[in-house]
Amino acid sequence: MTYLVRLADDNVILGQRLSEYIAHAPDLEEDLAVANISLDHIGVAQHLFSYAAEVEGEGRTEDDFAFWRTEREFTNALLVEQPHHGFGELIARQFLFDAYQLELWQALARSSDERLAGIAAKAHKEARYHLRHTSSWVVRLGDGTEESHRRMQDAIGAMWRFTGELFEADELDRRMAAEGVGVDPMTLAPAWNATVDEVLAEATLQRPDDPYQASGGRSGMHSEHLGHLLAEMQWMQRTYPQLQW
Amino acid sequence: MVTTETPLQRIEDLLAGVVDPEIPVLSIGDLGVLRNVSVAGDGSVTVTITPTYSGCPALGVIEEDIVSVLEAAGYERVAVDTVFSPAWTTDWMNDDARRRLNDYGIAPPGPEPVLCPQCSAPETTVVSPFGSTACKALMVCNECQEPFDHFKAI
Repeated sequence: MTYLVRLADDNVILGQRLSEYIAHAPDLEEDLAVANISLDHIGVAQHLFSYAAEVEGEGRTEDDFAFWRTEREFTNALLVEQPHHGFGELIARQFLFDAYQLELWQALARSSDERLAGIAAKAHKEARYHLRHTSSWVVRLGDGTEESHRRMQDAIGAMWRFTGELFEADELDRRMAAEGVGVDPMTLAPAWNATVDEVLAEATLQRPDDPYQASGGRSGMHSEHLGHLLAEMQWMQRTYPQLQW
Repeated sequence: MVTTETPLQRIEDLLAGVVDPEIPVLSIGDLGVLRNVSVAGDGSVTVTITPTYSGCPALGVIEEDIVSVLEAAGYERVAVDTVFSPAWTTDWMNDDARRRLNDYGIAPPGPEPVLCPQCSAPETTVVSPFGSTACKALMVCNECQEPFDHFKAI
């Protein structure tokens, strides 16, 4: 249950973060893209929360997980809660995360848990489509004008310190991997590195060499940005409990 | 009149009338969203469906439509079950559905090149890989200049 919630948290928080950008993209097509990617993440989170609620068997629903937990109870990675200052950072965050999720879902599609494997197989197809889109933006901006190159390099640099955490394994990861349900995130790093290096090279961008890597999201220790995001996401359900569309 | 229709066939006929709310020329059977129908000994019906995309907002409406169509026909106990495996693919869309989709103005999923649904020209360009719904991309015909939706092949 905790493992499913962890997987879902990355998706619900990133979905919410992306939704902030709708109507702010450089053009209409990109608004559609951001909205669609956001929706895919929220959909994955919804299915995982709903499964977690069933496994728990205490009558909670997917909405309880999304709207009635506090900041410390969310176990998403720090990367997905980071705010974006402009389109470049949004693309950098999404690209680095897509490359991770592509490997994650591919591995989880072979999970011994049939339901999780099904959700992962579907999410894998979506991640592949997202990555194709974000990679093309990294290349277009990186290998673009002098200014777009500089800003894309800065954006990758701003998000880089939150990527190490994606591959940290804790006791839960190791137990789930040993049981054949989950995957040890450390094993995903080589493929992620290969994807990222290939795209950065094509984009004429440097791979950042940032020795400082932030961590803590998996145990509920978040950056100051998550609280603000949750306030925006949860206020309606908390002001009008049980509100339905 | 003597009818040879089995209870299961009758339900399947009723479900043929449940369409995708965003692409009303396709039924849930055409799309491959409808995976299975079963009737238990006590008359309760279980309809199994699978989502096209994880976040497809049409899924909720489709569930409600299934229940209301069957309830209106006298089935009192209807359950809709959602499954994820095997993952939905556009390969499940039959030829007839592809033709109707094309006539409706949406280029069906299939091998490259994507043909313009208006003039059938093969010279077409992707304007946006993400379109008005999760399952579509926005394209334009280089020949007749008409913009059109393309049902993405996944």
